Amino acid sequence: MKIKPDSMLDVGKIRKDFSILNKMINGKQLIYLDNGATSLTPEPVIGAMNEYYGEYNANVHRSIHSIGERATREYEKAHEKVARFINADFEEIIFTKGTTESLNTLAYCLTKRLKEGDVIILSEMEHHSNLVPWQQLAKEKKLIVKYIKINEDFELDLEHAKKIIDKKTKIVSVTHVSNVLGTINDVKKIGELAHDAGAIFIVDSAQGIPHLAIDVKKIDCDFFCFSGHKMLGPTGIGVLYGKKELLEKLDPFLFGGEMIKEVGFEDSKWNNLPWKFEAGTPNIAGGIGLGAAIDYLNKIGTEKIREYEEYLTEYGIKRLNEIGVKIYCPKNPKIRSGVISFKINGMHAHDVVALLDREGVAIRGGHMCAMPLVTKVLNENSLCRASLYFYNTPEEIDKLVGGIKKAKEVFQII
Amino acid sequence: MKNTDFDDNMDPNWLGDEEEEIYRENIIDHFKNPRNYGEIVEAEIKHSELNSICGDIIRLFVKLERGKVIDAKFKGNGCAISMAATSMLTEKLKGKTLEDIKKLTKEDVFEMLGIKLGIVRMKCGLLCLNTLMNGVKILEDKNGIKN
Repeated sequence: MKIKPDSMLDVGKIRKDFSILNKMINGKQLIYLDNGATSLTPEPVIGAMNEYYGEYNANVHRSIHSIGERATREYEKAHEKVARFINADFEEIIFTKGTTESLNTLAYCLTKRLKEGDVIILSEMEHHSNLVPWQQLAKEKKLIVKYIKINEDFELDLEHAKKIIDKKTKIVSVTHVSNVLGTINDVKKIGELAHDAGAIFIVDSAQGIPHLAIDVKKIDCDFFCFSGHKMLGPTGIGVLYGKKELLEKLDPFLFGGEMIKEVGFEDSKWNNLPWKFEAGTPNIAGGIGLGAAIDYLNKIGTEKIREYEEYLTEYGIKRLNEIGVKIYCPKNPKIRSGVISFKINGMHAHDVVALLDREGVAIRGGHMCAMPLVTKVLNENSLCRASLYFYNTPEEIDKLVGGIKKAKEVFQII
Repeated sequence: MKNTDFDDNMDPNWLGDEEEEIYRENIIDHFKNPRNYGEIVEAEIKHSELNSICGDIIRLFVKLERGKVIDAKFKGNGCAISMAATSMLTEKLKGKTLEDIKKLTKEDVFEMLGIKLGIVRMKCGLLCLNTLMNGVKILEDKNGIKN
């Protein structure tokens, strides 16, 4: 067990930026361990969005008056911040409403050119958002979907991946970090397999980017998707990164204002990247909020966040193991994110969640939007999930453990 | 069911105050020792419903004879509220006609459980009733009875 170095993070100071952490829930102080669902929002992010609405509430790329120009400048600056954060170019950053929209856009745009019998590779640990779009389009276009299996240690089975990724494979789309198991997948390796087969490689990093330093060039993925609200940003804003040469070749998915250069009654010309893929008035405040969230994460440092979360996760797993719950996560802490899914024998997850809520502890229970993984691979009806972020503390994990003990008492489980 | 059925001031995950503990002895008892747990191979009503949010599943079997329920069983997996409610409901069904069953309301389920449920747990508590009602509807459609 690693001892927490004092230099790691000043969590006490960080927590002051999250006013919601002072909230009382059922007479107890809120202990928020549901970060996998959505993260909390720090004051600077709320402030940046309030500033937009209070100081320069105008549309972007249209109005040339002063506040319109400022809105455009700030909205574009947010794209730049995202680009720098993942080592991409400005033109490669498209704002969407979230990972789900990013993945759906890709599913529609990329399967357009596929033909019957072409293969799409996903994995058994996908969230519904990286499974259902492909599954449904495959049904429509008679494509074949195959799933990379997971091994006994809850990692992707790379040998199996090698076997199923072949010349018929056109798209490989996998999750960066499992929202149930917390496994950090070796996306670089899977990308190599995909590219060797001549396939497009997509990474769903909804659960990755909030916790890990990201360099899309190092991963060498063709597309990279994530949401703002899991990384301190607001809901309703997300990102679709794509390699420039690929985005240029793709037809736009949504048509309308903003995405056009020239419109006639017969035909239209598309706007430059990234705006070609941002039809309609975008979520301006959301984009600016995401930019502020990235500033916040940069200020703390992604490496430090990872280091602290690794320590916190190890502590959480150790404490939960002490009270005899069954945990589903990889053994190796280096490939484990702060997601701890567990099961208490004799109790349904929903009851655990409800009883913990009485103690002010917020966790998730159910299928976690990964029903095939939970019910078919892990053979569980539902799981409990505590998901951590860098503002959580070991003391909060102790409260979780105390809450579980109380819940077991209610259900008379020894 | 619409959300407007609920008091706006009610905590969505409300678990009752001390006089109204939802994890009462009788509920825990029905959860741990469900009554009528099992299958009926030849049953007029065999229907299952899933509550996809929390993963509760109920498979309900109702056997009728001369228009009356002579046996009701269930299988399933879910939280204490959904399982206890189903267990209690199967006890209540015996002797009832389809017309009696159709008159059952959510208030009957609450009365059976003896607790008031918040909006989130409402879905758990009423899953058994929805399963039953949909099962009855399918049976009636099959028999050509128009509602």
